[in-house]
Amino acid sequence: MNNTAAVANDKISIEKENTNKTLFGFWLYLMTDCVMFAALFACYAVLHGNTFGGPKGSDIFSMPYILAETLLLLTSSFTCGIAMLYARKNQKKIVLYALIATFILGLSFLTMELHEFRSLVIDGHSWRQSAFLSSYFTLVGTHGLHITIGLFWMIVVSYQIYKKGLKELSIKRLALLSLFWHFLDIIWIFIFTVVYLMGVV
Amino acid sequence: MKKPIVTNDYDSSIGSLKNYITGFLLALILTLLAYFLVTQKIYTSYNQIIAIISGLAIVQLFVQLIFFLHLGRESKPRWNVTVFVFAALVVVIIIVGSIWIMNNLNYNMNHSDSKIIKDELIH
Repeated sequence: MNNTAAVANDKISIEKENTNKTLFGFWLYLMTDCVMFAALFACYAVLHGNTFGGPKGSDIFSMPYILAETLLLLTSSFTCGIAMLYARKNQKKIVLYALIATFILGLSFLTMELHEFRSLVIDGHSWRQSAFLSSYFTLVGTHGLHITIGLFWMIVVSYQIYKKGLKELSIKRLALLSLFWHFLDIIWIFIFTVVYLMGVV
Repeated sequence: MKKPIVTNDYDSSIGSLKNYITGFLLALILTLLAYFLVTQKIYTSYNQIIAIISGLAIVQLFVQLIFFLHLGRESKPRWNVTVFVFAALVVVIIIVGSIWIMNNLNYNMNHSDSKIIKDELIH
């Protein structure tokens, strides 16, 4: 009796250690991703003045629109945190609602961004026009690509939680997703500041 | 039993609802503050506003790291923080280094620009 309890305890602690290792590994990945974004930011910082007769940042950025995007993403980061919090408290329903809210907010963000890209290209300001626009589309587009991947990931995790409940494995996946999502929000703060705010000063 | 290599226990590092709400409100205030400072043109010089909004972004970085990502809450040894500090160092080297080198190149290569003549007081 005592023995089986000890074995079960050992199993739980091994599982926990594995989860912690996975989280640490994912954190390492996020930091390398951070380095990649640093290269794109450096590229943008160097090239943002090279407009080749095309528009400057202040000519094409609509600030209220960008603020709305920022607030959507910030709120989605918050609801994602809420999902993680209630996953620990084993409240499946709240977790799913929070994930759906996160998904809708993230999708609205992505839609707004794609709409912005589309109107820029229609106005003739595509990535082909100048070095400034190339670096702009690369930096903001890479972030958008991460968001897209995050949204697909969110569908998979939500479905798993819906079908299988809040098991150790699905909580681990949710924890990784929420790390990823918070990380993307932090990258966006810097895009908001460096690209948009400094662009219109 | 073998001592675990990675010891940050994410159960204890999840934080509370109050934590998330504080972080969210702080992030909201910082974002809106930076936005209104720029759009309402409440600043005296270009360098001043660039310094202020960069500062606000960095403060918000730490707000989100602490309240959303719970960095620093793990037990020792703090591998997450160690890796973060190293990544931050690499990021600073890449960004500051690139801007520095490319500005230098611009300065030395751009002969058609009359700026260089003005800068060196050659007439």
